Amino acid sequence: MATQLSVDIVTPDGRAFEGHARGVQAPGIEGSFEVLRNHAPMIAAFDVGKIVVKTQDAYEDLTARDGHIDFATSGGFLEVLDNRVIVLAETAEPSSAIDTERAQKAEQRALQRLDASASPEERKEAKKALDRARNRLRVSMGGV
Amino acid sequence: MANLRDIRNRIDSIENTKQVTRAMKMVAAAKLRRAQERIFEARPYAYKLRELIGHLTDKLEDVGHPLFQQPDTDGVLLIIVTADRGLAGAFNSNVIKTAEAEIEAKYTAERKQGNLYLLCVGRKGHEHFARRDYQLVGDFRNVFDGLNFSLAKKVVEAAHEGFDRAIWGHVDMVYNEFKNTISQNRIVEPLLPLPKEQFLTPVMEEEDLPEIDDTLEVDYIFEPGAEQIMNALVPRFLNYQMWRALLESNAAEQGARMVAMDNATSNAEELRDELQLKYNRARQNAITMEILDISSGAEALES
Repeated sequence: MATQLSVDIVTPDGRAFEGHARGVQAPGIEGSFEVLRNHAPMIAAFDVGKIVVKTQDAYEDLTARDGHIDFATSGGFLEVLDNRVIVLAETAEPSSAIDTERAQKAEQRALQRLDASASPEERKEAKKALDRARNRLRVSMGGV
Repeated sequence: MANLRDIRNRIDSIENTKQVTRAMKMVAAAKLRRAQERIFEARPYAYKLRELIGHLTDKLEDVGHPLFQQPDTDGVLLIIVTADRGLAGAFNSNVIKTAEAEIEAKYTAERKQGNLYLLCVGRKGHEHFARRDYQLVGDFRNVFDGLNFSLAKKVVEAAHEGFDRAIWGHVDMVYNEFKNTISQNRIVEPLLPLPKEQFLTPVMEEEDLPEIDDTLEVDYIFEPGAEQIMNALVPRFLNYQMWRALLESNAAEQGARMVAMDNATSNAEELRDELQLKYNRARQNAITMEILDISSGAEALES
């Protein structure tokens, strides 16, 4: 149907989402953006953050709070062409699948690693890990 | 007439063999399940990445990405993916044959001039081609236990390096694609320079991937710039193509072994049944002879 976007989110570990949606929000490298119907063809890189897929249900009932699915991602690429959105993500975990407690522990571990790291490269790596851990935590708790 | 004990021994040894092949079949089946899951998970990503690159080829040429230009050299590299272990039916010999046919058909001149290089992933292929005096690149033996993504990276790195230094200007992959448990497709797929036309394997054709319309002039918005995206995307694309080929081959190998061992088990059963029949006949024969001996002896006494 031309009134919807067809969305495909794939990761190296399998397909995370396939279906129709009203819009897709992604944390672009140059700032967050949202793709709606009839968007111009685009190829964009995105960073650690949250991908929001606004499903069709939300379109029909704007008051529905469950009309979107959030994914925690650690970066990737997105292509828009002819009302098809293909998201190639390094990782994409739906918020419902993230274990908040485990995410918290991962954040603690990342913090410790950051403290323990000496060389600048190590610090950079640890910082990235911390970013990812915090992102997962945020998404799992439903924040922005 | 084979003697009774000989037949008995043969039955026992066949019984042993049967147990071994059955165990190997079970192991292969368990490994197959995992390998199959992995390739099914990896396929969508690899296919979509390929599609994206397909959409970008025209743009890439404009940007003049080095991986699109063929270096000025006659060298050719074939990446041949076999298994580390045998006993998988014709799995290894099939892929080796495919590679040899490819060399025969296209690269005989290069072979004579010493411009043909082979990179063998898997012990079987490595040893086969080493014995025949091919120029081998790198050593990728015994890699399929604990197969992981860094292997694909290493292989691509090796292929890329020679391409950069213009040792070879063309790289093909030869591997088995996992079709289903009992059959594999043998694939010869161009890797470098990045093919201008999409290469589709039989499984991809079945997948019904959306056609890429080359005539369509699409003006993409790039965010950030086109060049940055290419530079991030192209190496990733190569790594994932290689990774997919390795996973395909791995799953195909387990499938082939499972089928081969299943056949071996049923052959052993058949052979055992035949020998059992022979044994029973021989035994019956021996008993008849003995009775005949006794009764003729008794008759002789009477008369």
